[in-house]
Amino acid sequence: MEKEKSESSRILQRFAFWKSSTEKPEAPLVEDEGEKSEDAVIDIENLNVYIREQHILKNVNLTLHDKKITCIIGPSGCGKTTLLRSINRMIETTEHLRVTGRVCVDGEDIYDRKAEITHIRKKIGLLSQRPTPLPMSIYDNITYGCRIHGERNRKKLDGIVEKYLRNVNLWDEVKDRLHTPASALSIGQQQRLCLARGLAVEPQFILADESTSALDPISSKHIEDLFAKLRKRYGIIMVTHTLRQALRIADYVVFMYMGEVIEQGTAEELFKNPQHELTKQYLSGVFS
Amino acid sequence: MSLPLLQRRLYKDKVMRTVMRVLTWLSLFLLVAIGIGLFFKSRLILSEHSLWELLSGREWKPLSGEFGFLPFIVGTLFVTALSIAIALPIALLSALFLTEYAGSWVKRVVFPIFDILAGIPSVVYGVWGTLIIVPWIADRLGPKFVDYTSGYTVLASGVVLGVMILPILVSLLIEIFTIVPQDYREASASLGATKWQTCWKVILRKALPGIVAAVVLSISKAFGETIAVLMVCGNYAAIPRSLFDPCYPLPALIANNYGEMLSLPLYESALMFAAFILFFIILIFNIISRWVLRNIERNFKL
Repeated sequence: MEKEKSESSRILQRFAFWKSSTEKPEAPLVEDEGEKSEDAVIDIENLNVYIREQHILKNVNLTLHDKKITCIIGPSGCGKTTLLRSINRMIETTEHLRVTGRVCVDGEDIYDRKAEITHIRKKIGLLSQRPTPLPMSIYDNITYGCRIHGERNRKKLDGIVEKYLRNVNLWDEVKDRLHTPASALSIGQQQRLCLARGLAVEPQFILADESTSALDPISSKHIEDLFAKLRKRYGIIMVTHTLRQALRIADYVVFMYMGEVIEQGTAEELFKNPQHELTKQYLSGVFS
Repeated sequence: MSLPLLQRRLYKDKVMRTVMRVLTWLSLFLLVAIGIGLFFKSRLILSEHSLWELLSGREWKPLSGEFGFLPFIVGTLFVTALSIAIALPIALLSALFLTEYAGSWVKRVVFPIFDILAGIPSVVYGVWGTLIIVPWIADRLGPKFVDYTSGYTVLASGVVLGVMILPILVSLLIEIFTIVPQDYREASASLGATKWQTCWKVILRKALPGIVAAVVLSISKAFGETIAVLMVCGNYAAIPRSLFDPCYPLPALIANNYGEMLSLPLYESALMFAAFILFFIILIFNIISRWVLRNIERNFKL
């Protein structure tokens, strides 16, 4: 018990430290293009996901906020990734799948029979665990999203490439080789490229599925800092395995266990004063 | 008395290595031996006529000593090109449908069907061509374009050959599309791409080297396909001017005449030379495709 206490107080210290550091004034994120509507949210109501007979997500109710970082934490196999993938219906690539409940993005139920998925996915970017540059040049990777949505103007595309590569601090590293294969970049650069590619279609939300876990510590920090910066404009929902990462950057935290949301709240509440026994145990490292 | 375990294991390893090495070289040697054998057998005709004369000659009158191979070469290339032009688009779209769009039960039912189709003996395709395609071209399609056609034409050969290589091509392409990592599909879809956009801009692109390899394999097969083509091509030694002309590809020439005309040494040598040309065409074709494959990754920034 003694030990547990000291552990949690250490975590809290670190949390406080990171809180103060992220509140430093930051350089504005490129040019401001007018505020987006303040109340864009993702509402998840009674979401149940079954694969074959297995009940993967059990009655999940969540509200995910725009311009905040929500971290989904929990032990392996608790359904974090499934939850994330059900937010943009990417989960539908799984066979023998059954989904009940609603996921509303901007008030539109994406599991509605009549819902058209591509415009919803445009609103919700995805950054996967391993970087997946498409088999084309750096330039074409960034413009891929814009092109599939019909943008053909070369000048505009050039501008988009520069803007978003600058956004992820990649421009200076690649500006001389925009037309070389993206697969030749280092893995950390690839992940930033993928982030830029996602941003280029102007989503409202970004889903990040352990997006730093395949990267070296420096690249990982780089992505994390980008997220901290990007929260000014985007709602970021990230699954993370490292509690410390959640401590550093989360505004809201969702703790999951065995397919259920055990506890959710602002990072401060949840880390300082966890209500549920399981949450306390997880935060203090009894299981992970 | 047995050797110690370690020694036995090492000995076995050595033996297996030797066996594998010998077998590998043996099959390679066979290929070279066939090439050389064909060349030696065709030396007789090469001593009577110049190489250029043989390759560019348009007349085929063995009894009066005229051996022009151009009609056969053109016929072979024409029929093969036509077959792949028919089979490739169909195969690409079917394979994309089966890997990207179709539900799992469709896959389970359809995959084996293509394997069965690939296993049908070519003579069956030949009969199908003779009974269905040839009359259809002669009576229905041909009259719309030309005054007269017998139906035994380049078109019939191309269709029959195309249908023959289709299942193999589909099987190969399915394999190739399946190994394109799922991550690419998700990356593309998460940007709001439709399935078709993902197929067209990502999957086909990523799979391009594999597609080329599959096409090479099926074209190589098409070049050498004999019996089905022989049954529908018309076997007429003249350069075909349109799809509705008969033709006479090299394999058909060899199969039709070998064994009949062997009393004429020059004729036998001419047929061997025909085989040598076929051998050479396939060799060149494969070398070119290797070169294409080597450059594809650089040019497409895969």
